[in-house]
Amino acid sequence: MIINTLGWILITVGLVFFISGTIALIRFPDIYSRLHALTKADNLGLGFVIFGLALHSDSILVSIKLLLIWFLIMLASASISHLISLNALKNKMNLDEES
Amino acid sequence: MIEYYQVFATILLFVVVLGLIKVFNGKEKIVQLLALQLLGTSTVAIILLLAQKLQLEGLRDLALIMGLLACIIAIAFVHYVNFNSENTLKK
Repeated sequence: MIINTLGWILITVGLVFFISGTIALIRFPDIYSRLHALTKADNLGLGFVIFGLALHSDSILVSIKLLLIWFLIMLASASISHLISLNALKNKMNLDEES
Repeated sequence: MIEYYQVFATILLFVVVLGLIKVFNGKEKIVQLLALQLLGTSTVAIILLLAQKLQLEGLRDLALIMGLLACIIAIAFVHYVNFNSENTLKK
């Protein structure tokens, strides 16, 4: 029962991180701060949701699989953020460029 | 009894819609690409919530594939599209 409630709390925190990441993506001025919002807040939100679901799941194998999915998505997202920021820097996008 | 998993999935769907508006309205192509990345991550969360609700094991594999495909979209964009000029390919 306590573990179930803890799972719901974790999923709710993850949703808050998702919503704040989306608002940041819409409101932030330039590409680099948007990358920061996307790659940190979003993956943290996904991590909280996945931890909550891992607490809710029945078997330990499903929990390990969920954690592996999170690990893979974090790896992919980190390398993608480096690629995009390198491309933006190479194309000389300014810091204060208003979209 | 309220189905809480579906409520959370619906809230995440609103997040996806907000990102989709940014995809269609974004002035720069790189911002549209970032909104697509956001869409991929939140879609993975939606699919995992629904997998827990419906007790379907295959949906977790689908979430894995969605994460991988979002990554490949970004790699292809960075490689082939020049973000500074309008509608021109680099090659």
